[in-house]
Amino acid sequence: MRHLLTTEGLARAEIESFLDDADEFVEVLSRPIPKVPALRGKTVATMFFESSTRTKMSFEKAVKALSADTMSFSPGTSALKKGESLKDTVLTIKAMGLDAMIVRHSDTGAAWRVAEWAQVPVINGGDGQHQHPTQALLDCLTLRRHFGPLDGLRIGIVGDIRHSRVARSDVFAMSTLGAEVTLVSPPTLLPLDTTGWPVKTTSNLDDILTELDVVYLLRVQAERGGASVFPSYAEYRQRFGLTRERFNRLKPDSVVLHPGPMIRGVEIDAAVADDSRALVLDQVANGVAVRMAVLFQLLGGERSE
Amino acid sequence: MSEVLIEGGLVLGPSGPVEADVLVREGRVVEVGRALTAPDADRLDARGCWVGPGFVDIHAHFREPGHEYKEDIASGSAAAAAGGYTAVVAMPNTQPAIDSGHLARYVADRGREVGLVEVVPSGAISEGRLGEKLSHVDELWAAGVRIFTDDGDTVADAGLLRRSMEYVAQLGGVIAQHAIDSGLAAGGHMNEGLVSSRMGMQGVPSLAEEIVIARDLALVRATCVRYHVQHVSSAGAVALIAAAKSEGLAVTAEVTPHHLTFTDVEVRSMNPVFKMMPPLRTETDVAALREALADGVIDCVATDHAPHADHEKDTTFEDAPFGVTGLEWAAAAVHTAVGLDIERFFARMSSGPALVAQLADRHGQPVGVGSHANLVVFDPTAATVAETTRSQSSNSPYLGRSWTGAVRFTLLAGVVTHASVGVPS
Repeated sequence: MRHLLTTEGLARAEIESFLDDADEFVEVLSRPIPKVPALRGKTVATMFFESSTRTKMSFEKAVKALSADTMSFSPGTSALKKGESLKDTVLTIKAMGLDAMIVRHSDTGAAWRVAEWAQVPVINGGDGQHQHPTQALLDCLTLRRHFGPLDGLRIGIVGDIRHSRVARSDVFAMSTLGAEVTLVSPPTLLPLDTTGWPVKTTSNLDDILTELDVVYLLRVQAERGGASVFPSYAEYRQRFGLTRERFNRLKPDSVVLHPGPMIRGVEIDAAVADDSRALVLDQVANGVAVRMAVLFQLLGGERSE
Repeated sequence: MSEVLIEGGLVLGPSGPVEADVLVREGRVVEVGRALTAPDADRLDARGCWVGPGFVDIHAHFREPGHEYKEDIASGSAAAAAGGYTAVVAMPNTQPAIDSGHLARYVADRGREVGLVEVVPSGAISEGRLGEKLSHVDELWAAGVRIFTDDGDTVADAGLLRRSMEYVAQLGGVIAQHAIDSGLAAGGHMNEGLVSSRMGMQGVPSLAEEIVIARDLALVRATCVRYHVQHVSSAGAVALIAAAKSEGLAVTAEVTPHHLTFTDVEVRSMNPVFKMMPPLRTETDVAALREALADGVIDCVATDHAPHADHEKDTTFEDAPFGVTGLEWAAAAVHTAVGLDIERFFARMSSGPALVAQLADRHGQPVGVGSHANLVVFDPTAATVAETTRSQSSNSPYLGRSWTGAVRFTLLAGVVTHASVGVPS
């Protein structure tokens, strides 16, 4: 049984194979009828125990573009609220008949637990502050489509690393593809111990700004107690925000990524967000193609063309 | 009453280990010597085994009254007997909490009815374990309680803790602290460090334990109470306890088999059988705990046997409750992890905890003529795989793994309460 739970330990060839297929699906999605019959007859459940709009829509679009059916689960109306265990919920939904599960949950490791019980391929759609592997793949796809191979690319991931599953996923995927990743963060938002991570770390964005090919901005997550771990949003912007002034100091061919949702005026100035070198909407579009590639490979879809 | 003859073991007697048979009658050891004959006795084969005082667990959760779907005194006692235990101190975090005399007597009485181990109640420090006012300490004392603890929660209020220490000190009892600062531990599920950073999980730093112990030691100096640190998990806590002992304070400490065995790396499995408070820590901590147990800075092993029903652990690591079971494999796990010689093994498993819990008049005694026949026969070389449990709950990190050492027989007051191989009836 093949799952996609984490980018940690994924081989370069595995990542590249996902990206190669995703390149094909980018082309499929540009057709007048953006749909292939690769997974016809399959059913994929999106089980989002933590609320999400865009990731869920992106997965649903990917499932439908492969001609599979979706079932969706939302915790607000589920038996979990009535005291059912997570395992019973998973087994119940599994018993309805399905071929894969996409799991998002606010707790670390939820997708691992579901994979243990479900006996179908499981895709981690984000577990707590741990991993979000399809986000990393779509980021890598966006960069590869823009720059070619990531080897030697200098990437700065800026912001709340400590609470970011996006950062934890990107670090391993990007470095496996040969990029040099630096984490830029206030000390209170850096993970306590990054020994063994394939990264450099700094608390000074301006030190490395002009060396970067990619500035990857993370959202300042107010719901994680954001404002209590740095003095104020204004000061955060001054030190860590990609202001217009900082943007102008970047290398002319460098690009800006952001997993969304963006908080304009805090981590990114509005003018930067709207610049053509901000690839934010490319990331969103590539997300559908990457998720198609992952579903296609995990479900053993057949090529029809 | 029938006789039992334990044949051919290495017996931990009053002046050290001797190869001998042990004859038991009417709850006492009546003879220790070579080639004993007792034609009417039930014979237990102890060749290759250690024969010593039954193990004493001063920290287990039997969940009765209130949470009998996790465990009750009968199932907990069965697990304990299978683990070689003859006495177990039941923690008071039941529903209702054991905070008054009649509740403590209920626990002890149920233990006697079941009859597999002596179940000794401990009592809450505060009424309802709410950390607000003193529990019914005098009633509890009269009902046989010697260890007072709000285990599961820390007594955070230093004023309340001081008053309880003063009161319990005058009686001669023990204040046992579950030492975790709730502010530093807030939101934490595992050890704070390298692994939690990688997993994006909120951590419980060792500091949370050390800060409470350091504060409590100041109160111990002021009140002269006998103070016991429950489930020590970190190298820093070991250092604090060692210093307090050299200072001459009446401080004792326990360590669990799981903290001697596993590190926080296990949490990467995402399996809640590795979730407990305090959490599994690092290799450095495990090494310090093993050394402290070997050299006596830590007085005893205690299981913190904490049953939770399967459905409570059938969830994410973060969502699952703290606590794991371990009574049945504690001795084997400790033996596997630390490899103590026979004298220190029984000192930490039997006589040490019996002293802390003030049970030494009947438990933890060296095996000699006249000693209480609360005994265990432990095979130190057997390789065993933990496959099933007598507990109602199976939230155990020991299950499915192999261990060196196995409990062959347990005797309570001269009666066999557990036999792992065929025993004549």
